[in-house]
Amino acid sequence: MTAQTGIGARVKRKEDQRFLTGNGRYVDDLPLARATHAHFLRSPHAHAKIKSIDTSAAAKMPGVVAIFTGKDVADAKVGSLICGWVVKDKHGNPHKAPPHPVMAADTVRYVGDTVAMVVANSQDEAKDAAEAIKVDYDVKPANVDLARALDKGVAEVHAEAPGNLIYDWEIGVKADVDAAFAKAAHVTKIDIVNNRLIPNAMEPRAAAAEYDKGTGNYTLWSTSQNPHVLRLILSAFVLGIPEHKLRVIAPDVGGGFGSKIFCYNEETMLTWAASRVGRPIKWTAERSESFQTDAHGRDHVTHAELALDKDGKFLALRVETIANMGAYLSTFATAVPTYLYATLLAGQYTTPLIYANVKAALTHTAPVDAYRGAGRPEATYVIESIVSKAAKELKVDPAELRRKNFIPASVFPYQTPVALQYDSGNYPPIIDEAIKIADYNGFEARRAEAKSRGKLRGIGFSSYIEACGLAPSQVIGQLGGGVGQWESAQIRFNPTGNVQILTGSHSHGQGHETTFAQIVSDKLGVPIENIEVVHGDTATTPFGMGSYGSRSLAVGGSAIMKAADKVIAKGKKIAAHLMEASVADVVFENGTFKVAGTDKAVPLGQAVFAAYVPHNYPIAEVEPGMDENAFYDPANFVYPAGTQICEVEIDPDTGEVEIVNFTAVDDFGNIVNPMIVEGQVHGGIVQGVGQALLENAVYDRETGQLLSGSYMDYTMPRADDVPSFKLGYKVTPCPHNPLGVKGCGEAGAIAAPAAVMNAVHDALAPLGVSHVPMPATPLNVWQAISGAARKAAE
Amino acid sequence: MYDFAYHRPKLLGDAVNLLKGKSEARVMSGGMTLIPTLKQRLARPSDVVDLAGIEELAGIKVEGNNVVIGGMTRHADVASSADVKSAIPALAHLAGHIGDPQVRNRGTIGGSVANSDPAADYPAAVLALNATVTTNTGKHAADSFFKGLFETALADGELITSISFPKAEKAAYMKFPNPASRYAMVGVFVAKTAGGVRVAVTGAGPCAFRVKAMEDALAKNFSSAAIKDIKVPADGLNSDIHGSAEYRAHLVGVMARRAVDAANK
Repeated sequence: MTAQTGIGARVKRKEDQRFLTGNGRYVDDLPLARATHAHFLRSPHAHAKIKSIDTSAAAKMPGVVAIFTGKDVADAKVGSLICGWVVKDKHGNPHKAPPHPVMAADTVRYVGDTVAMVVANSQDEAKDAAEAIKVDYDVKPANVDLARALDKGVAEVHAEAPGNLIYDWEIGVKADVDAAFAKAAHVTKIDIVNNRLIPNAMEPRAAAAEYDKGTGNYTLWSTSQNPHVLRLILSAFVLGIPEHKLRVIAPDVGGGFGSKIFCYNEETMLTWAASRVGRPIKWTAERSESFQTDAHGRDHVTHAELALDKDGKFLALRVETIANMGAYLSTFATAVPTYLYATLLAGQYTTPLIYANVKAALTHTAPVDAYRGAGRPEATYVIESIVSKAAKELKVDPAELRRKNFIPASVFPYQTPVALQYDSGNYPPIIDEAIKIADYNGFEARRAEAKSRGKLRGIGFSSYIEACGLAPSQVIGQLGGGVGQWESAQIRFNPTGNVQILTGSHSHGQGHETTFAQIVSDKLGVPIENIEVVHGDTATTPFGMGSYGSRSLAVGGSAIMKAADKVIAKGKKIAAHLMEASVADVVFENGTFKVAGTDKAVPLGQAVFAAYVPHNYPIAEVEPGMDENAFYDPANFVYPAGTQICEVEIDPDTGEVEIVNFTAVDDFGNIVNPMIVEGQVHGGIVQGVGQALLENAVYDRETGQLLSGSYMDYTMPRADDVPSFKLGYKVTPCPHNPLGVKGCGEAGAIAAPAAVMNAVHDALAPLGVSHVPMPATPLNVWQAISGAARKAAE
Repeated sequence: MYDFAYHRPKLLGDAVNLLKGKSEARVMSGGMTLIPTLKQRLARPSDVVDLAGIEELAGIKVEGNNVVIGGMTRHADVASSADVKSAIPALAHLAGHIGDPQVRNRGTIGGSVANSDPAADYPAAVLALNATVTTNTGKHAADSFFKGLFETALADGELITSISFPKAEKAAYMKFPNPASRYAMVGVFVAKTAGGVRVAVTGAGPCAFRVKAMEDALAKNFSSAAIKDIKVPADGLNSDIHGSAEYRAHLVGVMARRAVDAANK
């Protein structure tokens, strides 16, 4: 039974039956009696003072139930939305923390900032009324260009952050790094922009809130990746509703990619207003609202330098980054370009000295926060771009230069110069396997053949490391994180032997209902169809931290393993009683308790039944029932690693880039469901390819209007943009969690941008092109080609 | 979407009458532009007159040397028409590459041509093939039809009933799609008909336009080599985050050469 459904089996996803037949239940599907509908009036300006808001005409419109403005929220003393991670600057001072009002009161700071909430009997009536609200704006200059956001004279976003600087942070010893550069045989330099992305989950953000007058209890349904943390923030910091009076439910959620981790204005407003309106309130973002107001991702401007000795060994890395925070600090915004970025700058290499300086800047744009990979794609793009450029400059094979500098397998655990201690890994066999799958040795022949067709063919490597499975709580606390990073699990047997797994992590497409069931099926020998995974409801599941940072299996799965151990331990006592044997002699194998050397056996189901009907039971020593709870706090991050090889063909006449081959070899530790892992890798690569070739959030530099505010202008990857991927695996089990697993959710997106961009640069090198900005759109590639041609002609 | 009165007449005359005296009324053919505009509250018509019920407006027939396509003919029907495929395969190919299957099964040739979206495909074919646009009140030559951005020679209340395309000796359409929307960022239709050689461009300017220099060169020598040195000026071309005017001007040359090569195959 477990061979087909246990750890390592390609079990079809249990949840897909309902997702693929239209039977998923999302927030917007909720049938709430007497529900009202909210519509948010949003700022059309990137930066303006609100001189006045007149809602009097709107309030008289048909169907209007209530209208709330920033003044109402301020008068009610609603708290500011929080940034939950305190990053200390290079002088030890906490980052600047300007207020993040739930609704703008006197100033709007980005296009889409919330100005008023209209609650009406229907969505259309709410919209009609919103149009009748008169807002008198005094439009101010906008600060949109990140590279200049910290310059003198640029419009300030918040008075609390002079010069738009949130922090000036550093890691590493600059003097040591500078000294190493002074002795370098070669220095490679890059200036790169990590383009801003808009998450685009398939299901837009949505919320529904209800207040029960009888009990004084609030219920918030939200498209959240972490309902308990959302409740904690709303209760402890923003609304003051006690945690036991607020239930947060995240039902089926259609994708998040990080954008649904955070506590947002709209769900906060709905919860707050629910008791005032006295009827349930529903809101679902329109796609254009998602574009404007979901927390965006990436958006770095970076200068980096790599020092090498005469043999090509890396001596030191120096990195200067300006990271965009947007107009307000979102929930984890401060941590992303520091602890999730600069601590990864060692990559897979032995670079002994690293210094990074990160300045976080405010701009009049949507908040920027964690998005699939969160900091680690940015780090990988820096490292893997500069390593490939160094190889080109030194005329050495890019794979060879990487191999020469890989951390050898013999030195794990390996302490990097940027705080992290890598627990395990073996990088050379990964790149060897990737080279084999990609037929790297046959590349020059393929390049020549492409040239005969007028195409420029290029190949690019990206060897990434990721720290995920967040994370040891003590470390998080030391780094300024406001929460623990453990995970919870509960294995609840019913008297008839079937199982509910209650998990504090949350699935919004990752397939937990299958993967977690496989773990329990494997460990306890229960048929998978007798296992149900329950998640996403603060009233039914133990407090949990939710899903992000590829943590669900490494941390949440480990908690399930711990709970399963408790089931076995308790079951042994019951079985020993039933078999009249000593507990020490009882073993558990394939779902059955046995006494070694005898034919005595008690199936787990029988022990469970005895626990619920304890007529013949060791009641003095063992409590009735079989319902075991566990919390797991990891000993370290987990460190998935891998190498991707991308091969492109470029049409020099149009600048179009076509990906013709894509190989990814990953070490995710042990794998529970290879099919789900493949899906995660595929999706991750497509998102990374999207960043490299297609996606770009563009604001007008003057007006701050979002120019890429719909699918007419924001290029989402489509199926025909990518080839079939060639995947491979190498396994070094994680030494510190019971499953030996790492994490696979972000890897593809972390590594792919550099792999693609390195291939593009390799293809264009014969034309004298030294830099193409990401994304390598046809326009950007054509401009780089024509720029190089002009330069050559001069 | 704001409220409006919806009409679905069965006869062309009824549609014309419904529009009379209603300055805020809008005609809907496929609705591929109008419906999204309504949903975004960017238009507030008093009435929408839907032409979908008027059977006489849809259909394809061959009349002498011309293929005549009814204004309400869907793109999918043009793409799959044996008559179009045999007389002007480039036109069938163009229709088969508009939008996606949903769009091709709703959108109409009359709606597309009447709308004169700068990135629509059909206007390039109308100009390059020197088609005649027939309306309820008269006929328009292709050269005097497209006036500017979303602007045509159609008067208020004037409806396209059919478009007549002369058969082509050689023709091809090459489109460089906008990466995001996949509308034509630059589309070039090259045609050699009894009337001569024409090169028409869509996507690059405010509306479809011809490139005379290329036409002259191709009239002498219908090969891509004949136009390889002809540059289209960037002045007045569209510019956005996906393509500068210079890039579009460059692409006109590339797409024109590829269209000539395809037409010669």
